[in-house]
Amino acid sequence: MVAPELEPETSNSILTLLSEVMDPEIPVINIVELGIVRGIEDGSPPNVIITPTYVGCPATDMIHEMIREKLDAHGYDHVEIKNQLSPAWTTEWITKAAHEKLRKYGIDPPGAHTPSCPRCSSTNTRLISEFGSTPCKSLHACKDCLEPFDRFKCH
Amino acid sequence: MNIAENYIGATTPSSPKTAYMLRLADNALILGQRLSEMCGHAPEMELDLALTNISLDLIGQAKLLFEHILTLEDLAPNADVLALTRPQDQYTNLLLVAQPNVDFAHIVLRQYLFSTMQKIQYEALLGSSDKTLAAIAEKSLKEIAYHIRFAKSWVLRLGDGTPESSERMADALDCLWRFTGEMFERDNIIEQAEVSGLSTDFTSSYEDWQMEVKDGLAEAGGLVAPEVGQMIMGGHKGQHDEHLGHILSDMQFMQLRHPGLQW
Ligand SMILES: [Zn+2]
Repeated sequence: MVAPELEPETSNSILTLLSEVMDPEIPVINIVELGIVRGIEDGSPPNVIITPTYVGCPATDMIHEMIREKLDAHGYDHVEIKNQLSPAWTTEWITKAAHEKLRKYGIDPPGAHTPSCPRCSSTNTRLISEFGSTPCKSLHACKDCLEPFDRFKCH
Repeated sequence: MNIAENYIGATTPSSPKTAYMLRLADNALILGQRLSEMCGHAPEMELDLALTNISLDLIGQAKLLFEHILTLEDLAPNADVLALTRPQDQYTNLLLVAQPNVDFAHIVLRQYLFSTMQKIQYEALLGSSDKTLAAIAEKSLKEIAYHIRFAKSWVLRLGDGTPESSERMADALDCLWRFTGEMFERDNIIEQAEVSGLSTDFTSSYEDWQMEVKDGLAEAGGLVAPEVGQMIMGGHKGQHDEHLGHILSDMQFMQLRHPGLQW
């Protein structure tokens, strides 16, 4: 059997579909912005390559199902989803556009910057715990507005 | 919910390669299960989150390893059956990871001793002849770095804290140190893992590990590892103490009661 050529348009429309799949735990950013969609691999069948953020992240299975549903609903039921562990996911793969969305959502985006309060922008903060509400976030408190906030851990 | 009609169980690995990976998986599974007992019981909410997050990381590692093992050898119909149906003497985890959550000092010290070893053990897999195993190690190492930071910071705080906290740290050390020799024990399985290129030799780092950990302990209010006449071993051969039995009776209950159960 000859491997079907994956037209660039097809590959693009799959990517567009995937950018409609939102992260179940941070519903303001999609899985393409989050950097877990590594690409569409041509072949028979074609594969969507995804890289999990954390190995034990319960959202990984859910994201898998959401992608499956999306693909099936748009006639891409022959496209398979392939998990790729290496190279390991890093927060550097989160797009800059997603950083702004995270801040607006109340999460300090990852990066080398001093932790800053997503509400009042103060950098006068303290770390409460390196382990926050989900594996990818740490918990901080703002000493100016006194609100607690999550920060995306550099990983 | 699906339940199988006939008994299904896991079989013992026949290749040294899968046997070695099963050790790694069992360590992660049993320590993950042990830590999950703390859900809702840690001294404060942030610590509750930390311990359960570490538990989740470890169970995630175990899941990847069990699933990978099954692609190499048909030991069970799925990862749940492999993880949850073996008799006690078929688990090859270290004795250390099954030790009970006596108090918070025991919990953080156990984590410190284990994670510092696990880092060395997984670094030895990065150039593995098995690319999937190398990828699992690469991914896990990012998480292990957090586990070490968390555990070490608490060993320091408690060891260098109040008279009571440092006494509890010292008690935990007296209790757990005797299980550390096993982490670097050499045997046939590990030698074959090295010969086949699955792992490089990490056991030769035993002295470096001891130095690193003893320095950490000294920093923690001058804790000193006890002199141990003979390290306690046996986990690799499936010779466990009663603590693993208690974990298994809890962890295996649903799979054994309803074989093949899937949610
Ligand atoms: Zn603020």
